[in-house]
Amino acid sequence: MTLTAERRSAEESLAADQSPTGPPLFGPGTRPVRTSSFSALLHTRTMAVTLLITAAALAVAGWNMVSGSAMLGITEVIQAFLGSADEGTTRVVLEWRAPRVLFTLLGGAALALAGAVFQSQTRNPLGSPDIIGFSTGAYTGALLMAAVGFTGLWATPIAAILGGLATGAAVYLLAWKRGVSGLRIIIVGIGVSIFLSSFNTYLLTVLSLETAMSVATWGAGSVNDITWNHVYPLLAVTAVALPVMLAHARQMRLMEMGDDAASGLGIRLERVRLIQFTGGILLVAVVTAAAGPIAFIALVAPQLALRLTAASSVQLLPAAAMGALLLTASDAIARAETMPVSLPVGVVTLVLGGAYLVWLLVVMGRSKRGNR
Amino acid sequence: MSAETIKLPETPMPSTQAESHRLAAAGLTAGYDARTVLRELDLQIPEGSFTVIMGPNACGKSTLLRSLARLIKPASGEVLLDGAAITSIPTKQLARTIGLLPQSSVAPEGITAADLVSRGRHPHQSLLKRWGREDEAAVREALEVTGTSALATRPVDELSGGQRQRVWIAMALAQQTPILLLDEPTTYLDIAHQIEVLQLCTQLQAQGRTLVAVLHDLNQALRYATHLVAMRDGEIIAQGAPEQIGTPELVQEVFGVAARIIEDPETGRPLVIPKAPPLPE
Ligand SMILES: Nc1ncnc2c1ncn2[C@@H]1O[C@H](COP(=O)(O)OP(=O)(O)OP(=O)(O)O)[C@@H](O)[C@H]1O
Ligand SMILES: [Mg+2]
Repeated sequence: MTLTAERRSAEESLAADQSPTGPPLFGPGTRPVRTSSFSALLHTRTMAVTLLITAAALAVAGWNMVSGSAMLGITEVIQAFLGSADEGTTRVVLEWRAPRVLFTLLGGAALALAGAVFQSQTRNPLGSPDIIGFSTGAYTGALLMAAVGFTGLWATPIAAILGGLATGAAVYLLAWKRGVSGLRIIIVGIGVSIFLSSFNTYLLTVLSLETAMSVATWGAGSVNDITWNHVYPLLAVTAVALPVMLAHARQMRLMEMGDDAASGLGIRLERVRLIQFTGGILLVAVVTAAAGPIAFIALVAPQLALRLTAASSVQLLPAAAMGALLLTASDAIARAETMPVSLPVGVVTLVLGGAYLVWLLVVMGRSKRGNR
Repeated sequence: MSAETIKLPETPMPSTQAESHRLAAAGLTAGYDARTVLRELDLQIPEGSFTVIMGPNACGKSTLLRSLARLIKPASGEVLLDGAAITSIPTKQLARTIGLLPQSSVAPEGITAADLVSRGRHPHQSLLKRWGREDEAAVREALEVTGTSALATRPVDELSGGQRQRVWIAMALAQQTPILLLDEPTTYLDIAHQIEVLQLCTQLQAQGRTLVAVLHDLNQALRYATHLVAMRDGEIIAQGAPEQIGTPELVQEVFGVAARIIEDPETGRPLVIPKAPPLPE
């Protein structure tokens, strides 16, 4: 192919030269890294911020491991993992705390990833799955499954995934009018979300008292009853969705330049959209299946990370780290000794997120987006 | 201001000396949903030409460019690149052959000019080669020739309309494609920058690239184009060398404007002078 030949010769002529020189193209903290088989632009600030947030999330997770109704020492926790602690401690650490802590870390990251993907695709900080009804839809799926009498390791997550996907398909089709526009998805999504919430309320009244009691706390988003059986589906879905979504992160960012510009650069819009939407819905659904709809993590985490990294658009890994931090921290607050009652974690995220949403709307009202 | 003027390099840019490609439409019928915009359109973009498409608003110029870039799937007929159906070409390879400056685009909030321009390198990059020397060189060169080097680190949404337009042109140039489709590249630009962009087009053409641009200024089209395509209502009314088709009849037919044509004292090409309407009593 002549094209590749041309490119090769261009590369050779450049390799003969030294690195291109001139005034810096990017701000401080961004520099190229090049070896013979690899080259990339490193954003030192993004990496540093991501590492710091991850470290903070792990620290809070560590605190959640040792604190609780019984305060444990770090050595006791480690002994429990090594199998040399007494039976009671081992049960508290391995059966109660470890799954919950792992779930908040992973689940927070999963929600934030989904949020980052939807915010990028809708080109709008409000375009997150909790606003546009995917978590509500996943909850509907789980409730319907409970209503027909199935609950269990896989039945609930699968029902939630189906509910989330069905909601996603419905929103997509309703919003589809010669291609999907971000704002239309959000507006249709909010409508679908309101409809599904009232349907969920109705389902709760129809369910038997016993089932309804158990799913009602769950409705606020709670990680109090998380067991290893909730962690496995989340692990499985994350292990598949995360790498696939990361592999398409670049294409996703190019799509923020508009459909025409992105297709002109060789992006297959529908394919990337399908992959990222499906991945995002799956992640939200498995979290929702285990803990109910946890509000606002998906909305807030990508934007907070964006502000800290000072990047030009939402990025997946910093968002995921921030989601993990927010959910573990919310859990730490929810189960703090000083709380008069043990709160569902969703109530904490609701309060934090609500404050953020008000702030966001005020800021968005002030600034206008520029067109070319 | 001087840092912002477009610097035309004295010698053609070495990294972009390109062989020409043939782009053509055969029996192309395309549009949006129920609305058919282009009907049975046949067009051959001459190899290595600077082809200018002109025509009234909403006649289908952008639709034609978008079809040529495979952004719109034709209802019937096809677009051919070097004789092969464009649908058979792998997406990334196509993006290394045909570049497009869309008529309107939105830059993500807060993105800097250099960041935007470097996204034009996407079709040349891969999972492991994400920012090679050739990428950086192409971005620098594109910024240079569009006179936007000094804007590199500024957020695009804080630029003036003309600066923004030039940054987008730089993005398309960084793609380094042998065929470049430009939808109204001169909008928002002052007269000096319009001329500079058109001269840049001429220069890219001199390197062997094929350029297709939509222009609204008839006289600029007549002056710079090597091949002129006149459209109306989704059809091609006339095409050919500017000297041949730049006639009062064509201006009347395409735009419904009565005009005189005189010889451009600068270039000898046709110059359109719209007739003055009778003054009200
Ligand atoms: N995305 C779209 N969906 C539906 N109809 C469209 C779309 N884009 C353009 N059209 C319609 O197709 C027709 C041709 O539009 P097109 O953009 O090709 O015109 P144009 O010649 O580029 O006009 P202009 O000089 O104003 O840019 C118009 O009637 C327009 O309303
Ligand atoms: Mg147009």
